[in-house]
Order: sequence, then C-alpha cells, then structure tokens
Amino acid sequence: MTDDKDVLRDVWFGRIPTCFTLYQDEITEREAEPYYLLLPRVSYLTLVTDKVKKHFQKVMRQEDISEIWFEYEGTPLKWHYPIGLLFDLLASNTALPWNITVHFKSFPEKDLLHCPSKDTIEAHFMSCMKEADALKHKSQVINEMQKKDHKQLWMGLQNDKFDQFWAINRKLMEYPAEDNGFRYIPFRIYQATTERPFIQKLFRPVAADGQLHTLGDLLKEVCPSAITTEDGIKKNQIMIHGIEPMLETPLQWLSEHLSYPDNFLHISIIPQPTD
Amino acid sequence: MAEPERPPMSLPGGSAAGEGAPEVGSDTNALEPAPSAAVSPGTEEPTGDAKKKIDVLLKAVGDTPIMKTKKWAVERTRTIQGLIDFIKKFLKLVASEQLFIYVNQSFAPSPDQEVGTLYECFGSDGKLVLHYCKSQAWG
Repeated sequence: MTDDKDVLRDVWFGRIPTCFTLYQDEITEREAEPYYLLLPRVSYLTLVTDKVKKHFQKVMRQEDISEIWFEYEGTPLKWHYPIGLLFDLLASNTALPWNITVHFKSFPEKDLLHCPSKDTIEAHFMSCMKEADALKHKSQVINEMQKKDHKQLWMGLQNDKFDQFWAINRKLMEYPAEDNGFRYIPFRIYQATTERPFIQKLFRPVAADGQLHTLGDLLKEVCPSAITTEDGIKKNQIMIHGIEPMLETPLQWLSEHLSYPDNFLHISIIPQPTD
Repeated sequence: MAEPERPPMSLPGGSAAGEGAPEVGSDTNALEPAPSAAVSPGTEEPTGDAKKKIDVLLKAVGDTPIMKTKKWAVERTRTIQGLIDFIKKFLKLVASEQLFIYVNQSFAPSPDQEVGTLYECFGSDGKLVLHYCKSQAWG
C-alpha cells in the first residue's frame, strides 16, 4: 500500500514534455531552432520559461521583441492558469510533446493578462491562496501565518522545492477534527467547449446528513451537463492533473491531495475522445 | 440613510484623454446605482440566480477618493477589470494610475474574474462588498 502522502509528491513532480516553436511571422536574424522543456504541471508558464525566452531572443533583434506570450493551436495560453490545467483543458488526448508557439508581438490584450515581472505572478499566486483559505477556514489559517511563511510558500513553488512548500502548506490543509473537512472546498471547473469562464460556487465537503460529498455530487450540483451520458456512454472526461478521478472519490480527499499549490482544485471538463 | 438618487449612468469614453479616444474594454461604460440602499429585504427584487444584476458596495481604502454613490447594480458577467476601469473613470484617475480591488479585505481577485462568481462565494446580505485602493492595501 502506498501512503496518501506519496500522491502529493506525484502531483508536485508532474511534468509535461513541451516543444516551443517561434511563431512563423516573428522576424529573426537566423533560424530559430525549437526548444524542448519539461514543464512542471503545478507552476506557471511565465515562471518557468526564462530559458525559452533567452533561446529565441538570441536570434532576434531587440526592436522586434516585446512582451512574450504563448499560444497553442490558436488559443492564447493564460499564464495565470497553472500549466497542468492549460494542458488538461486544451491538449489532453493529443500526442506529446505539447507544441506551444512563442510570440513576441501582437499581444492579445483581450485574452491575456500582462505579466511584467515575477512579482506579478507572486501577487496572483498569493491572492489565489488567500481566496482558497477564505473558503476553507474563513482566512484564519493564512492570516495567522507570518510574512516569512507566505514567502516560503512562494519560494517553494518558484524554486520547485516540495519540502519547503509543504512544510507550510500542510497547515492550510488542516481542519478541526469535529468538522470532517473544510468549510467549503475551493474548486474551479473549466469547460473546453465554452468561452465562459470557470464555475466557482460554495460547496461543502460534508452533506447535512454527515455523508462525505463526492466529486460526482459536486458535478451533479454545479455542472450537471458534465456527467450526462448518451446511450450509457459518457460524453465528457473529468480531468485533474491528467487523470480521471473516480466520481465516487470524496471531495475533501481530492481537495487535500489533488489541489494545485494555489489550494484550488482545478477541474477540466473535456469532450470524450471518439476513436 | 438612502443613497442620493442618480440617473442611470453612462460615462463619456475617455474623459481624461479627450473626445473620441479609443477605449480598451468595451463593456466598461454603463453602471447603474443600486435602487436604494435602505429598502428592507422584503421589498427587493427576487434574489438568487434569478436576478441578473447584483448589488456591489464599493468602499475606498486609505487616501483613495471615495465615491458619493457607493452601491451599484452590476451585471454578473462584468469582470474585475471592467469594474476597475469604471472606478478609475468615475474618480477621473489617469489611465496609468493603478487601482486595486479587494474582496473580504484580504485578496485581490484576478482582473478576469467575474463579479457574479465572487458574489456567489463571498457576497453577504444580498450584496458584494469590494474595497478599492490606489496602492496595494492587503498582501
């Protein structure tokens, strides 16, 4: 039997082999070779692509370079969504490596937020954590932490230090023994087939009768179309970290083990591939 | 105390930058003051999902200028960025000035987040309280 704690490590060290290619219309002085990288699922694109940026800027003139952004099959990739979520939502069931196109021009203002520096990512990440703890513990745990604890969470993510991150993050995963779970589960549900932003609502891990709510209960309540079937065949895949957890899995367990570092469960609903 | 009555509001595009200046974000112009701050819950419109607009209470932090009308009826699909643009225009801040919006006096939702979602998770007493500030106020 493996320990549930091993799951945390597996999630943290999840990687996506990726091939970065410069957009064809970018002006270069010599040919730009593609660049290969293993992307950490739990991180953010603009946090882990310094080398990609350097690689392509080597063959470009300074005046042809403005803010870097990434695109997959015509869809601009939101840097403020975790990498694993972007992949699950947009590129599940396609052959690896993941082919991402790199742009230095024509920033899509309507689709993407600007990311001027690492501080922007840090502010976004910490804000997500605070929002999650507002749902889980009425902000009590995150507010009782010291500034250096917050810094340690961020540095742990930035430097890919699992132990450093979890030494603090485990506090955010605790709850009073008599409660059987958090106050509400921080989750966001994304659908590949709609332009609408994610679904986020209040949902408790434990039902009024004391039963633990499951992933299936959550979907039935907030996104019933996700689990509809046609002639007994399911129409969608429910993805977290590249796997399809059983719908019977208790939500509290998922929240503790399959949340991203920002403490949200990011759930992707994608059409079942037909083959 | 009832809030002062105001007609539905439509701000001129880019008042600071001059007439006809192109606007970033097309959905940022019209916001209405909420009907009244002082009606008892019993006389209000149906609440919950049925209601298309939600009430947002805007509170200034620190030395950021206050808005005379604090309670606004806002489309659920309006984004935080849309709200930031609106407040900046209302307060006649220049485009380069920053404005931060906070929920629960604790976290700054991402600019693409919709107020309807925030209302569902963090609204209370039929409204969503947001604090706004010209500098980073919390974390």
